[in-house]
Amino acid sequence: MLYSLCFLFFMIGLYCAVVKKNMVKIVIGIMIMEYAVNLFLIMLGYRLGGAAPIIDRSQVDLETGQIAASFLSSCVDPLPQALVLTSIVISLGSLALMISICVRTYGKYGTFDITEIRRLKG
Amino acid sequence: MKGMTIIVKTISGWVKVLIIMFGIYITLTGHLSPGGGFAGGVILASAYVLLMLAFGKEYAEENLPIPLASKLESVGALLFALVAIMGAISSGSFFVNFLQHKEAHGQALDLISAGTIPYSNLFIGIKVGASLFLVILILSSSQYYSPNRPIDGKEFK
Amino acid sequence: MAIFYILMVFVIIAAIVAVETKNLLSAVICVGAIGFGGSLMFLFLRAPDIAITQVVVEVLGLIILIRATIARDLTFISGDREFFGVVVSLVIIFVIFLAGVKVFETLPDFGTPIFAEAPDAASQTYISEGLQNTGAANIVTSVILDFRAYDTLGEATVLFTAIIGATVILRRKSRKSIEEPDE
Repeated sequence: MLYSLCFLFFMIGLYCAVVKKNMVKIVIGIMIMEYAVNLFLIMLGYRLGGAAPIIDRSQVDLETGQIAASFLSSCVDPLPQALVLTSIVISLGSLALMISICVRTYGKYGTFDITEIRRLKG
Repeated sequence: MKGMTIIVKTISGWVKVLIIMFGIYITLTGHLSPGGGFAGGVILASAYVLLMLAFGKEYAEENLPIPLASKLESVGALLFALVAIMGAISSGSFFVNFLQHKEAHGQALDLISAGTIPYSNLFIGIKVGASLFLVILILSSSQYYSPNRPIDGKEFK
Repeated sequence: MAIFYILMVFVIIAAIVAVETKNLLSAVICVGAIGFGGSLMFLFLRAPDIAITQVVVEVLGLIILIRATIARDLTFISGDREFFGVVVSLVIIFVIFLAGVKVFETLPDFGTPIFAEAPDAASQTYISEGLQNTGAANIVTSVILDFRAYDTLGEATVLFTAIIGATVILRRKSRKSIEEPDE
């Protein structure tokens, strides 16, 4: 059920990116899609009643480097979290690039409306 | 773009020290508690954005001008690549954690431990912070913001 | 488990308001609400690293959006495209949504990590040998900076290129005037 709610969130972003006429609304739709994908990836790696993947002093034997077995069986998955961390920072960079394109187009044509921008030279 | 009132300027003059210290803390203890280079770099950029909003764009451009910010970003990226190449030179393959495999690595769960990971965090923090401040500074410039044809109320339906 | 449903419904309502409103300032504020709600979801899903990064990235993203659009004195948005295109898009999106729900019923339930099902999965190796091989107590940091450092190198390159692209697009031309047409 939670996976379906996350997919509905993605579909709302897709609707906004496809149907709307204003350029800033299209950018907002793409951002909503990126949030939905990050949320879905973290939801895939969750374990019920789990613990965050950070090792404490009480869970490791410092001489041999052995991790306590209770931590091994109740830790959430660290691999999707590593992938989502880079994805969040990349979405910030792509937002900066999209907004700079919008600003430049507004400076040249005077509007954010994409049905009025007909001459696309250069 | 001018700054804000005298109250905002005074308070942000005190608060900027706390924000920069918090950013450095999150960057440097990335291997012991949540955080890391990316979050710390973004916090450092937001300290400079606070200064730019409170004091005006000219004050921020005097203290961290655009050429210096772009050079800082490039230096951060080059140092991060240098850590990777040092792994290839000193032992084995590209990007290996060469300080951890020697015998001089510190005790686990200390501040100086985990080999090259704190250094990588620091260089990534510098790079990400400088690049995000550069983007916001350039977006605030006042060129290209007046359209080249007149606009009245009838053109926007 | 109830907290997940409450936060997801809050985020979906904020997304619907951000998509449908005609005021640009309301849309940007709703995007901020989505980001903070998502960060709370990450905290309850036991990912503190991601929650910290999401909050600060959300704040800077809001500043970029507001600085670029609302300062332009244009705060009202015109309507959608013509009616037929909207209806066709809605029908297609609804069909894709139904197909997606059918796919999600074949996945394991919420609460069992999918990547760690196999006994020799990569995640179990990272957790059990992370501290010994790398010396870092934060397993996510040891994954992104030691076991999978190539991904971090690629991500640094992508961010660098995007910022260079934004800088080049907004370069100021000091010698040509604005009314002169470009080639």
